[in-house]
Amino acid sequence: MSKKWKFSDIVKWGPGRHEPGATIPESGTAEQYETGGWRTERPIRDREKCNDCMICFFACPDSSIRVENGRLVDIDLKHCKGCGICAQVCPRDAIEMKNEIEARMEEGKKEEEKV
Amino acid sequence: MAKPKEIANRPERLTGGHRLCAGCGAPINVRQIMSVCPGPAVVSVATGCLEVSSTIYPYTAWKDSMIHSAFENAAATISGVETAFRALKKQGKISHDMYFVTFGGDGGTYDIGLQALSGAVERGHNFLYVCYDNGAYMNTGFQRSSATPCGAWTTTSPVGTESFGKTQNRKDLAEILVAHDIPYVATASPHNFKDLMNKAEKAFTTPGPAFINVISPCPRGWRTPGDQTIALAKEAVQSCYWPLYEVEHGKYKVNYKPRPERKTPVADWMKKQGRFAHLFKRPDGEKVLAEIQEYIDRKWQELLKKEECL
Amino acid sequence: MSRKAMTGNGAIALALKQAEPDVMSAYPITPQTEIAQNYAQFVADGAVKTEYIAVESEHSAMSAAIGSAAAGARTITATSSQGFALMWEMLFIAASLRLPITMPVITRALSGPINIHCDHSDSMGGRDCGWVQLYGEDAQEGYDNAIQAFRIAEHMDVRLPVMTMIDGFIISGAIGPLEVLQDDQVKQFVGPYEPIHPLLDIDNPVTVGAFDSLGGWYFEHKVTQNMAMDKAMSVIESVGREYGQLTGREYSHFKTHMIEDADIVLVAIGSAAGNVKTMVDRLRAGGVKVGMMKVRTFRPFPHLQVAGALAGARVIGVMDRSDSFGAQGGPLFTEIRSAMFEAPRRPQTFNFIYGLGGRDIFPDDIEGAVRLLEKAAAGEEISQKRYYLNVREVSLDGQA
Ligand SMILES: Cc1ncc(C[n+]2csc(CCOP(=O)(O)OP(=O)(O)O)c2C)c(N)n1
Ligand code: SF4
Ligand code: SF4
Ligand code: SF4
Ligand SMILES: [Mg+2]
Repeated sequence: MSKKWKFSDIVKWGPGRHEPGATIPESGTAEQYETGGWRTERPIRDREKCNDCMICFFACPDSSIRVENGRLVDIDLKHCKGCGICAQVCPRDAIEMKNEIEARMEEGKKEEEKV
Repeated sequence: MAKPKEIANRPERLTGGHRLCAGCGAPINVRQIMSVCPGPAVVSVATGCLEVSSTIYPYTAWKDSMIHSAFENAAATISGVETAFRALKKQGKISHDMYFVTFGGDGGTYDIGLQALSGAVERGHNFLYVCYDNGAYMNTGFQRSSATPCGAWTTTSPVGTESFGKTQNRKDLAEILVAHDIPYVATASPHNFKDLMNKAEKAFTTPGPAFINVISPCPRGWRTPGDQTIALAKEAVQSCYWPLYEVEHGKYKVNYKPRPERKTPVADWMKKQGRFAHLFKRPDGEKVLAEIQEYIDRKWQELLKKEECL
Repeated sequence: MSRKAMTGNGAIALALKQAEPDVMSAYPITPQTEIAQNYAQFVADGAVKTEYIAVESEHSAMSAAIGSAAAGARTITATSSQGFALMWEMLFIAASLRLPITMPVITRALSGPINIHCDHSDSMGGRDCGWVQLYGEDAQEGYDNAIQAFRIAEHMDVRLPVMTMIDGFIISGAIGPLEVLQDDQVKQFVGPYEPIHPLLDIDNPVTVGAFDSLGGWYFEHKVTQNMAMDKAMSVIESVGREYGQLTGREYSHFKTHMIEDADIVLVAIGSAAGNVKTMVDRLRAGGVKVGMMKVRTFRPFPHLQVAGALAGARVIGVMDRSDSFGAQGGPLFTEIRSAMFEAPRRPQTFNFIYGLGGRDIFPDDIEGAVRLLEKAAAGEEISQKRYYLNVREVSLDGQA
């Protein structure tokens, strides 16, 4: 019975359009909601220092430490709120919290360089 | 239990994009616990920070089926779900296995939901109840609960000339659950994720009701920096404010025993939290802190004795 | 079909047993206790496949029913009075989650002072909680309504919980004749249960009961809920007709007696309808042009049909078994009066509140009410609208 929701449409939905009982007929739809904008600091992981111990993975409140095949691949900046827990718990000081605005500007520069 | 690395490879069961505060302890606990749930689950959540922030319509952070109905009845609600499962399984309408888990805050568990929890575990439903204890009604803006520690400021145990904050000690909830003689009771902390996940896995696989009380630091209500959540949970354990233990079929086991010289003064832990700041400034503060330390030490000794005798 | 002698509670327990839901959660309270007990015995005897949850409170009874229904099981409970009041919070939630739970309510006065006998202050107090409400006059109607409730609640256009009332003690405890269907007839009538978005469907995990506040869709969801209530109106009728084909006892929203040419109409709900009917017949024999209406569906309230049926009446006397403090009259009165407001010839309406806490109502009381209505019908100006029947030191003409 599950159907894929188009979130841009739901905003306009009047009575009778929603599922009975206001049930959300899909799971994990929050993935489509960005909380990255809450961040004032951004975690930057140093691949060299990291030994994939997973301590930061289990300590992240926002499921934002991405792991594949037992390795920490990257940080999900769409959802990471920049709490800094990962940096705080890392036993190897492999994560640094950087000012978000500066991080964005640097990112912008890199994009420019690419172009 | 599988190795943490293997567990980390499993699909996430609580997605990002929920609206809990940055650095909140609740989703850390949920992620660790759900990551060892051995199969598909139905989760029932009591009204509170976790529920309102993880299911803001039409967004849900839950990958398993989730139900919220009200504040004080999460255990009663899951009783119905679990019974429906047994009924339909008996009739052959369902063939798969499923797990049933409830998350309630300390308000929804120690206070208003205690009756429903007591009833559900007494009836013996096969489910795990997790209390994420952040020591106050955070969702409504930091009011005291019976889990709020003595000396803490909350908006209903305010600090004033006649009051140093909450005057009572915490209700010992885990012991209340032990008194129900259920198969599995434990306390845990997210800083020791191996211990917590080990306990959660035991709780999921033990037939009958199981209960875990997890400490869940709340940066907003504790008045602490968001990055200190795990560190504060760890120090709560090291100071024996939050002992780690489990009671399997009535048998106590204390999972972490700091050597006397490593057991930290509880005041060190309290000093890091704005909710206790007044205690370090007012004249009666020292006396209150001494009493709190005395209480923690007494409870710790009692626990060690229980481990010896039971 | 067979004939039995049974108490109202026995009749309802039997109906539930024959429908054989998947889950029942229940908590004892006089006068409902017999249903909780009888059903527990059916389970103990292996007479039903139902799983029974002997909860620790009515709040948990309704909460567990919500969990079970959301999980995907056909679910029932039953209650009275304080139990109903304790469920209050969850009644709204069951309805807003659109869970087709059914619940017999054995009506009883609400505390305080504590009183275990019949009136409608429990169920009438819950009239705005979003449940379909059907009232029965006797054990037979209690039995019939309990069976039809499943079909109404589970109808895909409705998907709302349904409560069916019988009067505590007067009906629940009195033995009366009962026409009983065979088990397989009931099962066939009720049909298989089709859950919507069940929690137990592991291929389609869902979230039930999400937070939906400012900026969200709360209002749209509430309007949707009331649209389902509107649709229940015709579903109640079609299920009642189908039940009539099976049993010979057809049901609709209300029943009338002698109203075609009546100047005066008494409207009643619940067991008192029997006494009223007897009195109507007696007064008719004496030449009074009086008739009556017995209301079955209170939610959704069939206001259009009621207005149509009562269009010829000059004076209407509404009998309420519960009061509404500070309102113009009891709940039934305010509904009827409101329904008649736009009638081409607006009748005068009077309210007679009776029977609180199980107080008897005697033929004289009803006759007295009709005599008062006669005066109004004859053109006498009567400004007082609300009267209490059979209250010490209070008489019909001297009421303040
Ligand atoms: C019956 C009822 N009373 C009060 C409330 C208001 N309320 C909602 S959440 C809450 C506090 C929750 O505290 P807790 O269970 O500790 O969870 P937290 O928000 O701290 O995570 C309160 C008082 C309610 N929703 N329902
Ligand atoms: S900063 Fe916080 S939210 Fe972001 S990845 Fe680190 S722990 Fe997760
Ligand atoms: S805690 Fe540090 S070392 Fe361990 S996985 Fe995370 S970043 Fe790498
Ligand atoms: S107030 Fe506290 S418990 Fe609530 S979301 Fe924020 S940090 Fe978490
Ligand atoms: Mg709390």
